[in-house]
Amino acid sequence: MTTLLIILGGAILTYLTRIGGHLVLSRFENVPPRVEAALDAVPAAVLTTLVAPELLSAGPAEIIALVAAGLVAFKRGMLEMFLTGAVVLIVLRQFMG
Amino acid sequence: MSEVNAKREFWRGARAGVPIIVAVVPFGLLFGALAVDNGLSLVQAVLMSATIFGGASQMVGIELFGQKISPLLIVFSIFAVNFRHVLYSAAIGRHFARWPSLKQAVAFFLLTDPQYAEAERKVEETGKVGFAWYLGMGLALYLTWVAESFLGALFGGLISNPEALGLDFLLPIYFLGLVMEFRKRPLWLPVVLASGAASMLAYKFVGSPWHVSLGALVGIALAASMPAKRQTASDLAMTTERSEP
Repeated sequence: MTTLLIILGGAILTYLTRIGGHLVLSRFENVPPRVEAALDAVPAAVLTTLVAPELLSAGPAEIIALVAAGLVAFKRGMLEMFLTGAVVLIVLRQFMG
Repeated sequence: MSEVNAKREFWRGARAGVPIIVAVVPFGLLFGALAVDNGLSLVQAVLMSATIFGGASQMVGIELFGQKISPLLIVFSIFAVNFRHVLYSAAIGRHFARWPSLKQAVAFFLLTDPQYAEAERKVEETGKVGFAWYLGMGLALYLTWVAESFLGALFGGLISNPEALGLDFLLPIYFLGLVMEFRKRPLWLPVVLASGAASMLAYKFVGSPWHVSLGALVGIALAASMPAKRQTASDLAMTTERSEP
């Protein structure tokens, strides 16, 4: 029973985070330029924090895979980039452990 | 939008979700396996995926289930890990404004990291995001996530060496790809450098999951401190009107 309540409590609060930002922002009639600039920076800012700390614990195989994938991303699309990173990682791990 | 068009857009969205699903599969299976390992029943594991639908927070949740920690603290930890969605919600909600409330309510439920990033990318490319496309991707991600949790809970422990397959490091590669997709935005490089450095410092000195919110706030504050010349919201709205079929 407690487990069920924890799951449902977590689900409700998670939904509030997903709808809450919009509910707060939509109360403003005009979005000031600074807020606009801040919101435009959200994807790069948040997504970077999901990658960067991985570097702290990454070995050479992981770092080379990220660099290779990052370079491919300049010229190619998301799928090519992702596959490059995955293949480089798997191959290097066979040799580097 | 005509029904045929909506159907086509729905499947386009679902197809655009395929690389994400490939990247997420190991985590869905892993969650199911770990959940059962930490004492959840199969039904509870699946219910958690179906109602919370947020991988990292679910992992933290089941990690705490295994220990003697107060239920309120577990709920709060799930909330803390998911807090970044407030930012997604504020940013992408601007592009949902023209949809009926019920569609918006559904869309916010499906607002995960990859869903948010792909929706922003869609706006970047076409100036707007349509509900059919968004729902196609969202449902594809949601249903596979729930199914993976089920399979993981059922067959957990069969993958003997996930590291050899690189399974543990696919998500960082995927997220890096998403970061790169936004490289044409104003202030991209300074924001990435600031958030990257801040998140590493926060990871070391404050701890996970706070590095996500703290790191993101530093990059966002930097952008807010130097507003660049850009399209205004009303420009975007006009583009949207013109491209409406």
